[in-house]
Amino acid sequence: MKDSPLEAVIGLEVHVQLDTGRKLFCADSTAFGAPSNTAVCPVCLGLPGALPVLDPGAVDLALRAALALDCTIHPVSVFARKNYFYPDLPKGYQISQFERPLATRGAVELDGGRRVRIRRVHMEEDAGKSLHDRFASATAVDLNRTGTPLIEVVSEPDLRSPREARSYLQLLKRLMEYLEISDCNMEEGSLRVDANVSLRKRGSERLEASTEVKNLNSFSAVEKALGVEIRRQTRIRAEGRAVTRQTLLWDAAGGDVRVMRDKEDSQDYRYFPDPDLPPLVLSAARVASLRAGLGELPRAKRERFRRQYELPAYDADVLTSSRGLADYYEAVVACGGQPKTVSNWVMGPVLETVKRGIADLSSPGLAPGRLAELLVLVDKGTLSATAAKTVLAGMARTGDPPGAIVQREGLRQVREDQVLDRWVTDAVAAHPEAVARYRAGETRLFGFLMGQVMRASGRKADPRRVSQLLRAALDADAD
Amino acid sequence: MKVNAGGVAESAAEVRDGSLAWGSMAAQALEAHGTWERGAVPLNAFIAVDANADRQRGPRDGPLAGIPVAVKDNLATADFPTTCGSRILEKFRSPYEATAVRRLRGAGAVIVGKTNMDEFGMGSSTENSAFGPTRNPWRAERVPGGSSGGSAAAVAAGIVPVAVGSDTGGSVRQPASFCGVVGIKPTYGRVSRYGLVAFASSLDQVGALGRNVRDTATLLEVLSGHDPRDATSANRPVPPLAPACERGVRGLVVGVPREYFPAGLDPVVRRLAEHALGALEGAGAELREVSLPHTRYAIPAYYIIAPAEASSNLARYDGVRFGHRCREADTTERLYELSRSEGFGTEVKRRILLGTYALSAGYYDAYYGRAQEARAAVAGDFERTFGDGVDVLFTPTAPTPAFKLGERVHDPYQMYLSDVFTVTANLAGVPAMSVPIGLAEGLPVGGQLMAAHWREDTLLTAAAALEAELGTVGSPPVPSGAEAA
Repeated sequence: MKDSPLEAVIGLEVHVQLDTGRKLFCADSTAFGAPSNTAVCPVCLGLPGALPVLDPGAVDLALRAALALDCTIHPVSVFARKNYFYPDLPKGYQISQFERPLATRGAVELDGGRRVRIRRVHMEEDAGKSLHDRFASATAVDLNRTGTPLIEVVSEPDLRSPREARSYLQLLKRLMEYLEISDCNMEEGSLRVDANVSLRKRGSERLEASTEVKNLNSFSAVEKALGVEIRRQTRIRAEGRAVTRQTLLWDAAGGDVRVMRDKEDSQDYRYFPDPDLPPLVLSAARVASLRAGLGELPRAKRERFRRQYELPAYDADVLTSSRGLADYYEAVVACGGQPKTVSNWVMGPVLETVKRGIADLSSPGLAPGRLAELLVLVDKGTLSATAAKTVLAGMARTGDPPGAIVQREGLRQVREDQVLDRWVTDAVAAHPEAVARYRAGETRLFGFLMGQVMRASGRKADPRRVSQLLRAALDADAD
Repeated sequence: MKVNAGGVAESAAEVRDGSLAWGSMAAQALEAHGTWERGAVPLNAFIAVDANADRQRGPRDGPLAGIPVAVKDNLATADFPTTCGSRILEKFRSPYEATAVRRLRGAGAVIVGKTNMDEFGMGSSTENSAFGPTRNPWRAERVPGGSSGGSAAAVAAGIVPVAVGSDTGGSVRQPASFCGVVGIKPTYGRVSRYGLVAFASSLDQVGALGRNVRDTATLLEVLSGHDPRDATSANRPVPPLAPACERGVRGLVVGVPREYFPAGLDPVVRRLAEHALGALEGAGAELREVSLPHTRYAIPAYYIIAPAEASSNLARYDGVRFGHRCREADTTERLYELSRSEGFGTEVKRRILLGTYALSAGYYDAYYGRAQEARAAVAGDFERTFGDGVDVLFTPTAPTPAFKLGERVHDPYQMYLSDVFTVTANLAGVPAMSVPIGLAEGLPVGGQLMAAHWREDTLLTAAAALEAELGTVGSPPVPSGAEAA
């Protein structure tokens, strides 16, 4: 595309499941994986006479998202009915926001500094699931998903490449996860993406016919599918034909898009305000308190981490991926940990311990003060890195403070020269052949001798000092 | 018959103190129902009756202890089918109960049966029922009005002292007028709609019918109150309604809107309405002529908005999960098409088509949008009038007494015009009621009262005064020759 006279114009429509644990208009659970048609009630089944009642918790999460995306929040928004027949749509309409959405006109900034405008953020309920592979000759319907709370985040067509679309999506996901709005689990459908794609002459502002690509259920699918679709449209234009407005389905297995339907015969959804739901009226106080509750957003936090703690970009990125992790990191540093040491340990052994399910960041064994205490011992050289890992594992398992574990297991690093000297002398004496070859120029044998000393010390010797003493011993006797 | 004797509140008190047996009134209701069904022309007021209603159990300490009540068949009940008068829900049994029904049971009422109605509430004569028309107890060749015709007929026939209906454009008041009983449509939001099968959600409201004003007030008080399951239900206190019936109309300003007394008004209806106004004045009310200039837009607006909402509300009857399903369909599309074609009646189909059209892209603004403007203008008329010191409006409930079966069934426009005086209150959301004001050649005629939002008490004050001044229209004769059967 770089040298092409054409450029891609991409906009994403992203559905994000709100992590309220319950449905938008009734109290059924939205836990993933419940047996089919068990998380249902008269309301989400659309039984005659049942009525929807809006969950204020979902509104709060949607508002947090809209605020984080720098949107204008509308004091009055309206739920509308989107009417269409489908077996997994029990009421014959989906409750969504149409003419008067919750929020409009936001923006985010991508890493390269490019600004992507957000057209709107609105709330809606999910439909059920049609299962085409459960029975041989029939479609099964699972209504557990029906009524799951979603927001749809619609971007302006400001993205210019598949890679950019991917970064935008990553940024969005990170924000939603960080603010605990959604778990953004793409496999479980908590984050779903449709893309609108068209091509136009570079620099032109004209809107060309676009296609919509659906079924993009991973980051790489987004990038790949957009690449395929852009090449397809480029080919069509090169042949002098016009791109037609179509809805396409990404086939991940075949690596291609196929036509789902022509947009020209698109349905008339007959939207109208849902008379069962009064307009959603938001007080300025409610919006202000949610705005205040957002705190520092990930992007600002990452910049601050780089500056304040002098961390590399990668570290700052990982540490600010969730609010919990970022807070933990800062607490450990506040307890006296050296920022870069703390970063290495938090990203490495600590997260590893959490991932293995041995402990979590709120376990007493991993309390920020305890970890700081441990890392101070490392920085002072009292503990070797290896020993410290053993101590950390002990802390996570038992909840004991590091000092007690070091004492109990005798893990203190040996740094006293007279003790180290004895181990070095013993090693040199025990391996005369290796010593001779080293002195003859085979310097790589230094590592072998180093290992002998460390083993003799039970891995407690301070490796830096051992290395100095060993080198001195080998070089001195050579004269 | 005891059922027809004292008021509901008095009878419930007798049940509470043990002087009246719990099931005795329900047993009498069942007996009366049998009598009417055995007549030369069965009344057909009920779609389902609990033959063991006298053995139903319930709390003895409620305001409706032991009182037999009939419930319109569009309120969800667990122990009866809930058909809405439609083939498509013929065998449907709701797994949950409407809030109004739960309130009835909580008050000690005995639900004797589900009453007949125009399919999904669409009609003004109860002829649009898949289960045959209900007859007017006053004269069998006349309609009882609709859509709550079964509830009105059951009260008029003396089967039950009170019944629950619903009113979207006059569906409680017009049959109350045709059957010579009292009927009230409360303020939109006063009674929960949870479990009321939707026809037009922004207009639907559960209402009460009764032999007299006090009984109707007693039932309304039980039904009223906030329900967290209905987002349109108002969270505001319900004042005790019995005292309102005793207040008297001295000093009350009664507005007489000229648009409700058009030149073509049935002369008997006009004479009875003027007589009723005279009675109110005689009782100390001040009459004031007023104008509600946007009244003429009410019928057109109503017949856009109600069908538009209905077209969406009735989409769920698709044969997939419940209700009638065509067994011959080989594709999903055909399943929808055939199930709905077979399950819905003519009037329902007509309104679904009308509503679908009105909401279509390109027509929305011209129809639905304009209708909403008209609705706002109609509501503005009421707001201005009540803001100018008018306490209550008095009008005829319907332009004519009960018409004959079959007379308007093929002329939808004429049928729609029987709601011309009642749809305005639904569009504006204000409370309105119908009280009998006399007989025209043996057929009852009702007068309508309308008040500002939440002022059901004012309606009841004026209605009780009219009842006291005019006396009741009495009861229709029990079918001859049937009593012995």
